[in-house]
Amino acid sequence: MSNTGSLSTSSTEGGNSTGSGNDVGRPLWLLAELTYKCPLQCSYCSNPLDLKGSGKELTTDQWLSVFEQGRKMGAAQLGFSGGEPLVRRDLEVLIREARNMGYYTNLITSGLGMDDRRVSDFRDAGLDHIQVSFQASTEELNNRLAGSQKAFAQKLAMAREVKAQGYPMVLNFVIHRDNIEQIDKIIELSIELQADFVELAIAQYYGWAFINREHLLPTKEQLIRAEATTNRYREQLNGEGPKLIFVTPDYYEERPKACMNGWGNIFLTIAPDGTALPCHSARELPLEFPNVLDSSLEEIWYRSTGFNHFRGYEWMKEPCRSCDEKKKDFGGCRCQAFKLTGDAANADPVCSKSEHHGKILAARDDAEKIAAGGDGQTPLLARNTHNQQQALDIIASVK
Amino acid sequence: MTVSELLQSPATVPAVNTIYRLQWEESQQAYVLLYPEGMVQLNGSAGEIMNMVDGQRTLADIVQLLQQKFPDAGDLSGDIAEFLEVAHEQHWITLNQ
Repeated sequence: MSNTGSLSTSSTEGGNSTGSGNDVGRPLWLLAELTYKCPLQCSYCSNPLDLKGSGKELTTDQWLSVFEQGRKMGAAQLGFSGGEPLVRRDLEVLIREARNMGYYTNLITSGLGMDDRRVSDFRDAGLDHIQVSFQASTEELNNRLAGSQKAFAQKLAMAREVKAQGYPMVLNFVIHRDNIEQIDKIIELSIELQADFVELAIAQYYGWAFINREHLLPTKEQLIRAEATTNRYREQLNGEGPKLIFVTPDYYEERPKACMNGWGNIFLTIAPDGTALPCHSARELPLEFPNVLDSSLEEIWYRSTGFNHFRGYEWMKEPCRSCDEKKKDFGGCRCQAFKLTGDAANADPVCSKSEHHGKILAARDDAEKIAAGGDGQTPLLARNTHNQQQALDIIASVK
Repeated sequence: MTVSELLQSPATVPAVNTIYRLQWEESQQAYVLLYPEGMVQLNGSAGEIMNMVDGQRTLADIVQLLQQKFPDAGDLSGDIAEFLEVAHEQHWITLNQ
């Protein structure tokens, strides 16, 4: 599963928030993308289009060295992600060692490649939490979206096993045009499966999701209904049962999201081949990013060009530079700015102050047209190596 | 029993909710509560109180231990009950008899 990057460093009475301000923060959140291999083919995947080019993967020892360095620098949350992390046969060792280092360990998985024995082995190794992704609330739709005939039954079995073995469980549903109308059923399934948290994450448009955007972006009206439904269930649940987290899509906002809580501020992703990134999409930017095989994590985080590039506010152009909201949203998402305007230092076009905001408005219009029965301009492409060349061609034609 | 009754009863046993893990973070010089994909940094007194919550000690034990640890702090029972109320509201802890 790969279309989320949720992280909260919350502040409450008795607590202090962390990870803000001008000084370089600590990499509190380390995301280990262990592999790009995945048995599913979700069209909303945020992985790079070039799945073949990066076949290299770090070894067990190389990962452990990354974890150790990260922990010393203050990382506390460690996510095992991908691709599908279960593909790695050394996952249990990685979990055990990371847990011994003091990490809170999160397994972010489709559930495919797991069985009750493996769930139990991970438990013994100290795994703290499992997040299981679903594509939909019914077998037919789920399997069609995932591109796998056995996915749904396996996911149900694993979600039940995860709870039976006492783990905290998050269920993640990436929401888009084809499943947004079933959000009530999705919530009911989550209640039945006794999830602790449910992420109802409207797809964000990176990697494969970007080239499939016109097939994924819901209409404004669908979105309003889905949010109202979610709120109705929240009231009904009244604090009992799963906590529902509705992640609104920035395409329907007038101000951008504070992406990753700031560039190189709390979040550090390591791609399967060891490339270090400030977010899991940053590979799409025309920047050089360092590799953990060449430099220490300390060097990478504090001193590499890639990580320093968009820190602070000096790099900003207008309208961000003189904007009184720049400390709130950091000008939005660099990857989105690059993909939609061709310049990563521009304001995220989600912002209505951006001169490129029309691109977002046009995407909303396209969503309306397709919902009304219009034809799209590009085919819906399942995420797999077979479709890779076609996907890369589409991107090349956009630029 | 209501929450406020539980917080007034010396026999109440608070326990950290199973979703959370409490841990001292050297780099933050603070106790933190870790949970799926998130973290709450606790301030000094909140951290000291949470550190006493182990699912075994009663409210009376916790007050006594903290009074011993901070002899100059005056009567702590009110502050402790107040924090535990917040912690319960946040679902960080359960209160059991």
